[in-house]
Amino acid sequence: MTKPFTKPSLPGPGDIYQAVLSNGLCVLVRSNFNSPSISMGGYLPAGAIFESDKKLGLADFVASSLMRGTQMRSFDSIYNELESAGASLGFDSGVHNTSFGGRSLVEDLPLLLKLLSESLQTPTFPKGEIERLRAQLLTGLAIRAQDTAELADMAFDQMLFDGHPYARPSDGFPQTIQSITRKDMQEFHRLHFGPRGMVIAIVGAVHPRKIVEEVERVLGGWQVPGQQEAYALPPHRPIKKTIKRHHTLAGKSQSDLVIGMVGPRRKDPEYMSASIGNSVLGQFGMMGRIGDVVREKSGLAYYAYSSLNSGTGPGTWEVNAGVNPANLKKAIDLIERELRRFVKHGVTKQELADSQANYIGRLPLSLESNSGVVSAILNIYRYDLGLDYYLKYADLVRAVKRADVLETARKYIDPQRLVISTAGP
Amino acid sequence: MANPITQATLKNGMQVMLKEIHTAPIISSWLWYRVGSRDESTGKTGLSHWTEHMQFKGTKKFPANMLDKAISREGGRWNASTSHDSTRYYETMPADKIDLALRLEADRMRNSIFNEKEVASERSVIISEREGSENEPIFRLGEAVQQYAFRVHSYHHEIIGDMADLRTITRDDLYTHYRRYYVPNNAVLAIAGDFETGSMLKRVKELFERIPKGAAPPRLARPEPEQKGELRFSLEGPGETCFVQLAYHFPNATDPDYLPLQVLDSLLNGASGLSNKTSRLYRALIDKGYAVDASGWSDASIDPGLYRITITTHPKRKPEEAIAVLDAEIKKLQDELVNNDEIKRAVKQARAVFAYGSEDITHQAFWMGYTAMFSTYDWFTTYLNKLARVTPQDVQRVARKYFQPKNRVIGIYIPKGKGG
Repeated sequence: MTKPFTKPSLPGPGDIYQAVLSNGLCVLVRSNFNSPSISMGGYLPAGAIFESDKKLGLADFVASSLMRGTQMRSFDSIYNELESAGASLGFDSGVHNTSFGGRSLVEDLPLLLKLLSESLQTPTFPKGEIERLRAQLLTGLAIRAQDTAELADMAFDQMLFDGHPYARPSDGFPQTIQSITRKDMQEFHRLHFGPRGMVIAIVGAVHPRKIVEEVERVLGGWQVPGQQEAYALPPHRPIKKTIKRHHTLAGKSQSDLVIGMVGPRRKDPEYMSASIGNSVLGQFGMMGRIGDVVREKSGLAYYAYSSLNSGTGPGTWEVNAGVNPANLKKAIDLIERELRRFVKHGVTKQELADSQANYIGRLPLSLESNSGVVSAILNIYRYDLGLDYYLKYADLVRAVKRADVLETARKYIDPQRLVISTAGP
Repeated sequence: MANPITQATLKNGMQVMLKEIHTAPIISSWLWYRVGSRDESTGKTGLSHWTEHMQFKGTKKFPANMLDKAISREGGRWNASTSHDSTRYYETMPADKIDLALRLEADRMRNSIFNEKEVASERSVIISEREGSENEPIFRLGEAVQQYAFRVHSYHHEIIGDMADLRTITRDDLYTHYRRYYVPNNAVLAIAGDFETGSMLKRVKELFERIPKGAAPPRLARPEPEQKGELRFSLEGPGETCFVQLAYHFPNATDPDYLPLQVLDSLLNGASGLSNKTSRLYRALIDKGYAVDASGWSDASIDPGLYRITITTHPKRKPEEAIAVLDAEIKKLQDELVNNDEIKRAVKQARAVFAYGSEDITHQAFWMGYTAMFSTYDWFTTYLNKLARVTPQDVQRVARKYFQPKNRVIGIYIPKGKGG
């Protein structure tokens, strides 16, 4: 029924074009002439890690303000050009980086690059726009304060990473957002935005060399001699025994829970074992073993799954579920039981083989769209996995043994030292 | 959109749509049934969505715990959803594994078990799903707006169903619903991706053509009488944020007025899938500080549906002020002809959104089946050209015809503080 597919579809050193501009900015390009559009993404090291506790949310506020006006264009003019072309561009921030993403028809890529360049280099933080944005951010925080899943997540991070930058919500608190001034934003931009450490990836119907020239033209002259170096992450304090906290929120019909612990960093050698183990625990099929016991067998929740969130620093390995408040304890007991089983017996041969097959089989699906390839390229660059990572991927997956999963599970999961965060009535 | 499609009807009445795309070693298969929440009567609301859940609970050949594992093992992605008008199941698989998805769908078109125990377990899962939605003020507001807008038509209730019915629907109710609507002559199979049409059609026939045709399933359709005046209500709940939702009765997707209304929507609320910071409502409501967010959407429905605008009001403003600003913007559209350039802009935006969608094979298979639910695939392929023919006069005419206060429902969510 299918005919052989001969076109190489996995990105690798043969078709990811890489160039470093004289100011340090790294450009990654991959051509895809099957699509009339392009996707762009990237990041630079200007994240929330640089914020003080009193100004939490500053990096996020700055990222949201970059397109609110530049030396060349007003907010309205920026978005008018962008939206008239059916293009999009946006900035976001996390603990380590400010990231950006956009897409357009291929003919509008120069517009996208020009607006990216202006927003990064010459934002003006207009007063009126900043106040409008502040009202939007504060409303977002008021909505967050009524969201059981967000509150449970936030408290989870606070307990797990107490005293560490990862404990802090990158969108801040109402009082910190209120305290941020235009001067704070200008200062943050001056100190942390620059080409050093910046990466941009572009995928679509483009010729790589031409694109690099285009990026050089709009961003190659950007120099920021005082751009601050990224801080090293402080060590986090391991928790000594299980901690529980419930955030009471009246008038809600469902409670959310997060149970978890610290997970590996993306670059750690055991990452793949943890990831495949997590697939068995709470992803594979209908949300893995967790989904099976909490949803399928007990009917306690619409969603119940586990996830591994690994990045630059320590990650999280967590189980999330939304349950009727009356079933909260029962769901927690079931999840704790599954975690104990997981660290005692690990995964079966069949479970391991199933998840390995899933990982290998689904790879082309994740690389189907231009934006999927942009994420994949940025991922391997950011975590230094090698441009041939996706070519080696199947072997890396197959190399994981049952003993590796068990050893990794035992390294990270201690059923006596969990963080259990719940929110609801 | 350039690739042609092949359409066929099997002997049992099942409609098949095939589109070859050879850009990635992937195939996406979507099976659509002409049944949705509109086909449910009072007392049995939520049947279609619950039936969709039960379709994941197994057949003899593919028992419950084997179904999802079989797809996942091959690296596939699959899911299902229910709307007012239809229910759809999809699998996107590595191209050489698609046969599994086709065998599975052919089997569960007829052989799902609907085990009593599984029904009981799924009852609490769906109740939990509804409770999760009820946590959200926007869900509660949207549900109430729908109830006010449709007194007679079965678009009246939420797709998930009313809690009272979720507690009382029986296994037999579900099974009867399944057998009535899950027949090949009520289904459309749309497949896109890396295959050869002749051999794919042959395989589809082998698997599906032997399933016997059923009685033509009834469709519930009680026309909603014209609304004779504005309906306005409020509801209360926890929080500090006030939301307003306005819903105008709107024509169905094949009505000649539908496309001018899409242009109008683009002018008012921006293009779907893009940022919205230069639309008329953004400039009037958000730039001027009456709201912190505003968005609009409508379904492409079989029967006349709703166009909804949802506004998150600014904490220092009253919802009535935002409504007055919105009314002034609508009056402008009724009194002044829009500029031709604004229409060109809406067309360019739509062209870009179509291009983004064409990157994704799953998306392309979706559109074939989706349009078949209320029209034909031509609706999709001619959309951009038709949009380009919309005139400023068309936009003014539909603004005057549909955007009348007597044709709308306004719901306001009043927050009662942190404690609820």
